[in-house]
Amino acid sequence: MISKLLYLIPFIFFSLNSCAQDKNPVNTNHDYEVVVPDLSIPWGFVFLPDKSMLINEKEGKMIHFKDGKKINIEGVPEIYNRGQGGLLDIALHPKYEENGWLYITYASSEGEGEGGHTALMRAKLKDNKLVEKQVLYKATPNTTKGQHFGSRIVFDNDGYLYFTIGERGERDVNPQDITRDGGKVYRLNDDGTIPSDNPFYNVPNAKKAIYTYGNRNPQGMALNPTTGEVWTHEHGPRGGDEINIVKKGANYGWPVISYGINYSGTKFTDKTAQEGMEQPLHYWVPSIAPSGMAFISSDKYPGWKGDLLVGSLKFEYVDKCVLKDGKVVKEERLLDGLGRVRTINEGPDGYIYVGIENLGIVKLLPKK
Amino acid sequence: MLNTILLLLLSLFCCDETETKQNPELKKSIERGAIVYEDFCMQCHLPDGKGVPKAFPPLDNSDYLKNKRQESIKAIKYGMSGKITVNGEIYNAAMAPLGLTNEEVADVMNYITNSWSNKNTKIITVQEVSKIQP
Repeated sequence: MISKLLYLIPFIFFSLNSCAQDKNPVNTNHDYEVVVPDLSIPWGFVFLPDKSMLINEKEGKMIHFKDGKKINIEGVPEIYNRGQGGLLDIALHPKYEENGWLYITYASSEGEGEGGHTALMRAKLKDNKLVEKQVLYKATPNTTKGQHFGSRIVFDNDGYLYFTIGERGERDVNPQDITRDGGKVYRLNDDGTIPSDNPFYNVPNAKKAIYTYGNRNPQGMALNPTTGEVWTHEHGPRGGDEINIVKKGANYGWPVISYGINYSGTKFTDKTAQEGMEQPLHYWVPSIAPSGMAFISSDKYPGWKGDLLVGSLKFEYVDKCVLKDGKVVKEERLLDGLGRVRTINEGPDGYIYVGIENLGIVKLLPKK
Repeated sequence: MLNTILLLLLSLFCCDETETKQNPELKKSIERGAIVYEDFCMQCHLPDGKGVPKAFPPLDNSDYLKNKRQESIKAIKYGMSGKITVNGEIYNAAMAPLGLTNEEVADVMNYITNSWSNKNTKIITVQEVSKIQP
């Protein structure tokens, strides 16, 4: 008995004292300038054809930033502002200049029951106001849980719209059940209708918009400009953040398989792999808390073309992932310590723009 | 020897519960607050309340939480941004408004001020929370 207890003591102290840090080296070969100052939580932003920007602040404000001025857009839908929920991503239709459709995701309490869930809306911008608003998807059931709304929006090269919804704090209920919303990547046509070749279209009771399942909380998604694939990343719990490539009908395994453990340090699964479940392209232990994702497709940064950028909320940097043969072979910290990185986009000018909490939108510059 | 080790282990895991036993209202509020903490706070401030250096300030043994009761309630009720100093370290991040009810704010305040090494016998009431203005 005594020997057993003595044996335990070092483990107890170890678990009390262990503090996770990541070891990615700092890259100093770049500069930056703040292009949009004074933002709180710039969850998503896009560039309009005239190079001005539309910026979603989580609290529910949409800001049109043009010629150095901020204009609040009216007609933003009512936001269920609780926990991680708020006004989330924004994306333009690939043919925005022809049809004027913009798309937003947000936490919404529309529908039955107390609480909220993620919604997708399209609308047009007219005289600083959202008009012709159409809710294309509203996940159910509402819940007062504060976690895991997703959400990112991406169009692929065929014009399909992908968006993500996190598992809403119901780890053991939602992600593995295709008849329930949450813990999924969804695919829709641009008008909100569901493509008939979606993987679960003919499965009785399934949510037909589901394209992948077994996801936890994806807050980064980007189109790989080289391959045309949709890439996502998602938050793990304590450890086990992942990068995945979106594959039709695939199960990414949450919470059956994971490289993470509970926040408390206990385990919820012993498995990191199982047949029928995808392995991540890359995973992080400890968690970096990833949000925002973009590929560098321009030649603005010598030697960086093709690299993948992932924001870290937790350690406050942009993780530059060097890819080789479909694997992450090297990671470096950009904009290290500037603040919690929420969102990343490559602008129409080929430069990288980064939304940083409590700071604003920053333009990444090559070192002069 | 065995007794000593058991005591040592117990002292690691147990806090003094006499105060909460004397105040069932506080005890219940703390229990509800634990659930709020798990849903809204734990991802950043972590189960041990130690936070993450530079990014998320600690709640355990935090001079800010200990000495700035009103400001702490306000931060949970309305969110917070800008520079604050906690235990000599500067934190400059934003905590979004959490969208909690006054009762949830009171419960989670009672939980965090009575967890880990923290101790607070002066219960935070819904009434106290409702008086805090943005």
